[in-house]
Order: sequence, then structure tokens, then C-alpha cells
Amino acid sequence: MATAFADIEPVGQAAPETTMTALRKAPAVAVPGTLQLALARHARALLAPLLGIAAFLGLWAALAPMVQTSLGALPGPVEVAAQGGALFEEWQASNEAKVQFYADQDARIAAGTQAAAFDYSGSPTFVDQVFTSLETVALGFVLATICAVPIGLAAGLSPLFNAAINPLVQIMKPVSPLAWLPIVTMVVSATVTSADPVLAKSFVISAIVVMLCSLWPTLINTAIGAASIDKDLLNVGRVLRLGAFQKLTRLVLPSALPFIFTGMRLSLGVGWMVLIAAEMLAQNPGLGKFVWDEFQNGSSQSLARIMFAVVVIGLIGFLLDRVMMSLQALVSRNRTV
Amino acid sequence: MRKVRGNGFTRQAAAVALMAGAALAGCGKSDAPTEAAKVVAGGVEKPSLKLGFIKLTDMAPLAIAKEKGFFAEEGLNVMLEPQANWKVLLDGVIGAQLDGAHMLAGQPIAATLGLGTKAEMIAPISLDLNGNAITLSNRVWSLIEPTLPKGADGEPVHPISASVLQPVVQKFRQEGKPFKMGMVFPVSTHNYELRYWLAAGGLNPGYYLPGDVGGTTSADVQLSVTPPPQMPATLEAGTIEGYSVGEPWSQAAVKKKIGVPVITDDQIWHDNPEKVLGLRKDFADKYPGTTAALLRAIIKAQQWLDADGGRNRAEAVQILSRSNYVGADADVIAASMTGKFTFGPGDTRDAAGFNVFFDRFAGYPFYSDAIWTMTQMRRWGQLSVDHDDAWYAAQARAVYRPDLYLAAAKALADRKVIPAAAIPQTDGFKPLDTGFIDHVPYDGHKPNAYIQSLRIGLKQGQKVTASGVTGY
Repeated sequence: MATAFADIEPVGQAAPETTMTALRKAPAVAVPGTLQLALARHARALLAPLLGIAAFLGLWAALAPMVQTSLGALPGPVEVAAQGGALFEEWQASNEAKVQFYADQDARIAAGTQAAAFDYSGSPTFVDQVFTSLETVALGFVLATICAVPIGLAAGLSPLFNAAINPLVQIMKPVSPLAWLPIVTMVVSATVTSADPVLAKSFVISAIVVMLCSLWPTLINTAIGAASIDKDLLNVGRVLRLGAFQKLTRLVLPSALPFIFTGMRLSLGVGWMVLIAAEMLAQNPGLGKFVWDEFQNGSSQSLARIMFAVVVIGLIGFLLDRVMMSLQALVSRNRTV
Repeated sequence: MRKVRGNGFTRQAAAVALMAGAALAGCGKSDAPTEAAKVVAGGVEKPSLKLGFIKLTDMAPLAIAKEKGFFAEEGLNVMLEPQANWKVLLDGVIGAQLDGAHMLAGQPIAATLGLGTKAEMIAPISLDLNGNAITLSNRVWSLIEPTLPKGADGEPVHPISASVLQPVVQKFRQEGKPFKMGMVFPVSTHNYELRYWLAAGGLNPGYYLPGDVGGTTSADVQLSVTPPPQMPATLEAGTIEGYSVGEPWSQAAVKKKIGVPVITDDQIWHDNPEKVLGLRKDFADKYPGTTAALLRAIIKAQQWLDADGGRNRAEAVQILSRSNYVGADADVIAASMTGKFTFGPGDTRDAAGFNVFFDRFAGYPFYSDAIWTMTQMRRWGQLSVDHDDAWYAAQARAVYRPDLYLAAAKALADRKVIPAAAIPQTDGFKPLDTGFIDHVPYDGHKPNAYIQSLRIGLKQGQKVTASGVTGY
């Protein structure tokens, strides 16, 4: 894709000889010319990715039917899109059932045949699972940030503290989420003893596993950011006799922010990947469970539905990354101003 | 401004980080007894329940109770959640993420005895009879098929004895490969049925060392655990040469042309008990009204499933084939749910009793069934020491709760919802049972004599060590 870009740019610039002719022609088509140019530029910028996607879809459609599994041929893009539509319809049907459920219930309560109102107990659809996963990763990510930033700042400011936690961080960092899962499950199961806790246990377990695995990029980046603060700034702070707290909020945090956000972006990416694996293994509600349930179903549509879920997981991961990237850009720009 | 925000941020951060654990722990105390005792419609203390299940057709009573409105009729609002495997399901019930579950008959017994995770559990209702089959890979089938005696129609004579596998196991051994088969859980009926079939055919399925879950000491055939829905994939991958599992996973092997079912559990032990509803004992003690309502709803669903010689089975198949229940293709589920069972390709036979949910007192949790399970635990070393007959009866009475079943069933019979004749007049022990493939009679009152009478298996005083069985 980058090469496609490179093709366009030099052509536009490497035409000094024709500038005169271009200038002479320019007045007549000046306004539409720039518009067209801008459009052409966008079109060309989009062309390469679109071509890439089209080539991928073409290859997929051509090759998938050649792979025979015990569930039939591997589904192509058309079958996968069809299952995406079916999943959407299931969601709509479930919404209708939900509305019906509440209407019936209200009628029963009004008639006095039912004492208390229940929550709808239908099975979660694909769309519900997407939102569950997003909520879980959000909680895990917030918890990770809340833990990682203060520790990272402390490690960045105090070499002694940094030396103390460094070996622990290095050892904990590469641990797979799947290794944490049994420990977290047992601890959460033992600590949450209420019959009806505010947050479902499975939700808490997934979120804590996400936190444990996505903590490290933020922590390490924050520590680097805090440690690499300009010494002149610190000297100015000393001259102004800033207190420890003012030093932190006025000097260290602002200059470390871009690093912190870079770390958070990495953390969110890790968190999203970890979550799907954790949901699959622990059978906690979410996209991972959806994939596993469909695998277990082993019906003739299962593979297409799993592939659709894979596409959605990828798209959401991409969007999350984009959101963090723009936040990161925003913070970095503020810093230079 | 900035200072204030920073201050708040770090303070909150510390507070949240420190308090998280405390808050979670505190949740336990928020469960006020007044709330628990609050009686809702029909004496149901806890109307919203979450039940776990494994993707097997014998979870049908739960799906039917929900979809046909039997739970709602009893004032219950039930969510059904599929689980990855029996271990996750059991831990879910013990850890109270699930209020109850579709369980292997051996699970509440083993949990109460402390084999694996220890927890006091009960089985107030049996969900079905029969429903399992043993499937062999195409490779093994092609080796044994020529040796099988054929009937007039050219198809193999049933039941097929495991003795036909002996030359195959011998061949594998000469090639230096162990003969491996899959079952779903160490204390599952599938494990005991597969072991029973192999042992009746003269093959040793291996003993469990005290505390181990492998169970391959002295084994001719090595058994290993695979979750039911993954059985076909594991067979296809060549990891195992056969498996013992509930439906639809044997019919799935037929459909995918990767294996051939050779025998149903009904042929190994006629009308054997299968799944139960497993509950924590403290749940049943704390919510007796809820438990009773749950049982009434399930009994109604069981009756619906067996009504009028299976009139409703086609509809049940459609419900089960939804992706949130069993999720397999409807024709695969129908292959065992509608009175037929397909063995080899083109070899479909009548199997009216393959899935029994209500008839033949299928719901009543017989003590003798629990004791049979424990005799097999002793036979294969999961119970490492001998116990007297009274111990077996006492354990069965602690776990199997026909009193709860009878209360619920009688309430339904009084309302003329089920016929009174559907409730057995029994002391909880079935009469002498001779419906086994090897015709060894089983009397639930005399478990020790029964263990002694079985051909392969631990006998009185024997112990399993790493080198084999010791003792006289």
C-alpha cells in the first residue's frame, strides 16, 4: 500500500518542465482542477487498500471451497456475510422477544398473577456478546491504567523503587493470560461469596485477567516517560521551589503523558487479544464464548459464524487502536504547544 | 485546577486499588436473610435462576421447560447457559455462578465423597434414561467389521461384544501404540459404561491410582477425557480410536463419515440412568420452594418430551438445534431423538428406548442407581478402600433425594398434571437388575457382593499401585 502512495507523489512533484503549460492552462479549470486533484488523491489513497481487500476476498472465495472439513467446505466471504446477516436477524428477533417478555410480564403484574418483575432471561445474541466483551475490556483496561500509571510514575521518579520492582515486572510481563486464569478464577470465586453480586463473577474474572496482562506496557512506558523528563525542567522546578506534588502534576505528568498514552494504546491492544482467549477458556460471556459455543455446535453454519466473529473481533480491535491513536496524537500535540 | 484534578486522580486510584478486594469480599454480607426469605409467587424464594448445561440432547428437559413455558408457569425466570466441559460446569455450580446444572450422575456423588472438588451436592431428579453410544473410528471399524457375525439382512448382529476388539488391541500393541479411547469425565456414566463394555469383552480399561484422574494403570485400552462436543474433532484428528459419549455426538460421527457407532448404552445396561439435575445442598436447603418449583417444571417438560409415543419429539429437535442449545444440525439431532439410531452408514435400527425422559419412572432418583455408580468407582479404584454395604446406602441417601422428587411429582399428580401411575411405589431400590450385556445380576442392597461378582475390576482388599493391583 505504501508503494502505491510513493508512485503518486513523485509524479506530482517531478514535473518542473511542464509547470509553465500547466500554469497557462490553469485559469480556465482552476477550481474544478483542484477539486478533481483532491478527489483523485483520495481515490488513489483508497484505491490500494480497496484493491488489497478485493484481492484477499477473491483469493478467499476461490480457495475456501477447496478446503474440505468434516463440517463441509470452508465458507467463503458470501456465506460468512450471510451468517452475519443471520446473526443480526437473531439479534432483532431476540429484541422483539424481549419487548414481548416485558409486555407480558407487565400484564401479569397488573393482573396480580406475578409478584415481582424479572429481568429478561433469553440467551445472549452475538450483538450482546460484543457489548459484553467491550464492557469487560473497558473495565480491565481502566483497572490496569489505574494500577500501572502510579506505579510507573513512582518507578520513573525513584531509581531505587524502579530497581526493586524491575525483576518482578520482567517476570510477570511475559506470563500468558491462560496461566493467570485458574488463579484469578479461584481467588475471585473465593472472595465473591454473595448469591447475587453487583458484578457477575465471570465478568470480574475476565476483567482482572485483562488487567493483569495489559498492565505492563502502560507501566513500563510510564516509567520511561517519567524518567526521561528534561533535567532543565526539573532544575526550573527546583528554582521555583515546587513541592513534590506540584512537581509531579506540573512537570512530570505533562511530559510523561505521550509515553503514558503510547503505553495505554499497547495495553488496550493486548487487553483485547487476552480477553478473547480468556473468554474462550473460562466460558465467560463475550465474543470468545460465542466462538467456542459455535465450535462446539459443529453445525453446518458454525464455521461461517466463527469466521464472521473473527472479522468483527479484528474490526473492533482496529477501531479501539484508532481511538487510542487519536487520543495519543491529541495528547502529544498539547505537549509541544 | 490541574492540581486538584491530579490530586483527585491519584487519591481515587489508590482508593480504588485498595478497596477493590474489600468491596468484592464485602459483597458476601450484603445478602440479607430477609431478602432471601421473601416469598414470591407460589413460595418461590429465588425466581431468577441460571442453570448450566452441556451441549447434549439429554439437556432437553431444561430447554423444553424454558421454551414451552413450564419454568414460567412455576414462577421461575430461568437463564440457560452452555458450559465448555463438565469440570467448568461443576465448578460453576460449586462456586455459585450457576444455581444448578444438567449433570453427570457421578458428579454430585463424587463431589460429596470428595473425589475431585469437595462440595455437598444433591441430585433431586434424574433427567433421562439411556442416550449414549460408543463409536469407533473408521480405521478400527474396517478391522473388526469382517469378523462380526451377520444377521439375515447382512448387517452385524447386536449387541456387539468388545471381545471383537481384542485382536485390534493386540495389533496396536505389537506396533508399539497404545489403543486409546475417549470419554467425557472420570466420574461420568460414559466412562463406566465404556469400561463395563470393554471389561465384559475381556479388555482391561485400567485402574485409577489413589488421587489420580488418569486411570490407565494395567490398561489394555487407555481412556482419556474429552468434552462431548469435541469428540468428533478429536477422533478425526486421530488422537483416539473411539469414544463413549451422549448424543448427538455419535450421530455427528456418522454424518461426518468419520466413525461408526457400535453399541448403545441401552444395549450395555438396559434402561440405565443418565443425567441428573445437580444442585448444591445449601441451595436446596435455603430455597426449598424454588427447588420444588424447578422440579415441577422439569417433570412437566419430561412428560411433554415423552407424550403420546414421542409426538413432540420433532418440535423438540427443532428447539435443540438452535445455536444457543445443542446447536448441531437438526437432522443429526433427529437421528437419535425420534426412535431410530443409525449405526453404520445405511444401518438405521429401531431404538425406541434410546432417549427416555419420563416413561419407566425415568425422573425418579433411585438410591440403587447412585450405589451402582459407587460400585464402579470402587471397581476401578476411584474409591481406594473398601466400605461396607451400609456406607454405600448412607452416601446414596445423602446425595440422591427422592423425597424432593416425590413432593414435586405428587403435587403435580394432585393437580392431575401427571398421572399418579407415573410415580413409582418404591423404597428407592430397583428390583434385581439383570439387564447388563454380560447378564451379571445387580442388587443395590448388596454392593460389595456385586463388586466381587464382576469379571475384571478390584476385589475386596485390593489396592492399586503404580506397578499394578496388589492384595488378595
